[in-house]
Amino acid sequence: MDEILEILQSNAKADPADIAHQLDIPVEKVCEAIAEYEKRGVIVKYKTIINKEILKNEDEEVTALIEVKVTPQKDKGFDSIAERIYRFPEVLSCYLLSGGYDLFVIVKGPDLRTVSSFVAEKLSPMENINGTVTHFLLKRYKDDGDILILQGKKDTRPLVSA
Amino acid sequence: MMEQSHELQFDLSRLVAGLPPSGIREFFDLVLTMDDVISLGVGEPDFSTPWHIIESAIFNLEKGYTSYTSNKGMLGLRKSIAETIYLKCGIEYNPEDEILITVGVSEAMDVVLRAILNPGDKVAVVKPSYVSYSPCVIMAGGIAEEIECRQENRFKLDPADLEEVCRKKVKAIIFNYPGNPTGVSYTKDELAEIIKIVQKYNILLLSDEIYDSLTYDFNHTSVLCFPGMKNQTVYFNGFSKGYAMTGWRIGYIAAHRDIVAMANKIHQYTMLCAPIMGQFAAMEALRSGEHEALAMKKEYNRRRNFIVSQLNDMGLTTFLPQGAFYTYTDVSIARLNSIDFAKKLLMERKVALVPGTAFSSCGENHVRISYASSFENIKEAMFRIKDFLKSL
Ligand SMILES: Cc1ncc(COP(=O)(O)O)c(C=O)c1O
Repeated sequence: MDEILEILQSNAKADPADIAHQLDIPVEKVCEAIAEYEKRGVIVKYKTIINKEILKNEDEEVTALIEVKVTPQKDKGFDSIAERIYRFPEVLSCYLLSGGYDLFVIVKGPDLRTVSSFVAEKLSPMENINGTVTHFLLKRYKDDGDILILQGKKDTRPLVSA
Repeated sequence: MMEQSHELQFDLSRLVAGLPPSGIREFFDLVLTMDDVISLGVGEPDFSTPWHIIESAIFNLEKGYTSYTSNKGMLGLRKSIAETIYLKCGIEYNPEDEILITVGVSEAMDVVLRAILNPGDKVAVVKPSYVSYSPCVIMAGGIAEEIECRQENRFKLDPADLEEVCRKKVKAIIFNYPGNPTGVSYTKDELAEIIKIVQKYNILLLSDEIYDSLTYDFNHTSVLCFPGMKNQTVYFNGFSKGYAMTGWRIGYIAAHRDIVAMANKIHQYTMLCAPIMGQFAAMEALRSGEHEALAMKKEYNRRRNFIVSQLNDMGLTTFLPQGAFYTYTDVSIARLNSIDFAKKLLMERKVALVPGTAFSSCGENHVRISYASSFENIKEAMFRIKDFLKSL
């Protein structure tokens, strides 16, 4: 992957001037490249990672990871059934997997009841869906490469050493 | 009752008392009294050891591997090291008797110097250098013949200066590249010039290549790659820098078996062996540490580019270092000597770096700035230094 994308992926707020210095290229080049990535949809958007473990009590929400077994449709395979599912705003992520089941769906809701009824009333009855297994998420340790539980690791290096 | 005197009543080693005084000790002590300092004075990686290495050490500890190892170190590790050296330069070392695992390159340098020197033997030391070389030479009974690398040569060793010192009948030369504190490294052609002289005068080359994997602008060439150098070189390397493993304390030498045997004699009496958990960790690093080592190097490289452009922009002349994680920066525009510069910067802006006099008696115009620190820290420190310069 382009190093500009690598840097932005770990820090969406990275200053193009800093990126230019880090990669030893002109800042105009960095800005052009970013604009191009945005135009092509390579950069989808700039989001913020929020540590919900810390907000837990202020902001109740429930996440469920759902395994979905599907009968693929002639000509369309899994894509159209996947679309019927991922169009729901409750669905955070939707993946097609190899193995014991077909689609892996992550659903978010304000409480258990809402998420359960989404599964029972919307997802399960859908045509071509042969079964679901719902796992409620209990604790996030690491999200998308970032460790979320407070580690308290201090820099133990002596401040100066030769 | 008579008050007890706090004066120690014993005569201590004159040799140790006479070692080069660390003019910067006082500065280091001052840094340690301060809070909230952004430090660019650190000589070790800011990364933690890659998790697979830590995990492998834990696994072996849990299995109960808590004993001594053979004096020379675990044979499996020596084999992996021999293989690594072979892959780097096509030179074969026999893991049985040509490799010694030590407690870091630090211990390796000490035992090798003691193994090769007789009282009064001269050892050339290329300056500015890592602080411990000259003291180790002196403690081993030798005389350090320091060769200063000059700013007009971008702090690279000038073959003519080397030749001049070689004429003084030095027995060995301590040569470190990529270098602490300058970040200087050498291309294959540049090394060839140096090797020619070392061979002409038949000098033993003590080559500290501990930063070899942190070389940014060209591939690192070991001195071992040159024909005939195997028998004239003691090759030093370790795990501290490239794999972010300073605390594990594992280094090694590869050398002629007579030198290894002598060094091992000292090592077995004084150290017995390097710590077993560190040796297991080192084995894992060689087995599958390549990927994370490259990721760290990539990050250092970005910081290097950033910091060098920032420093030069504020008028602090800084050559692009080709390796390691330091810049050796000229602060003479501040009209302060390097210790005063470092002290004032520390007191007024809470940024720590290391005065050049720590590394060379000619270092009064330079400071060593380490970029083994997060990008955010480096950026903030650059703001503060810029501000500091304006206030002078
Ligand atoms: C050039 C050089 N050699 C050796 C060492 C010591 O390394 P080790 O941790 O292997 O003792 C250092 C540490 O700063 C160094 O900079």
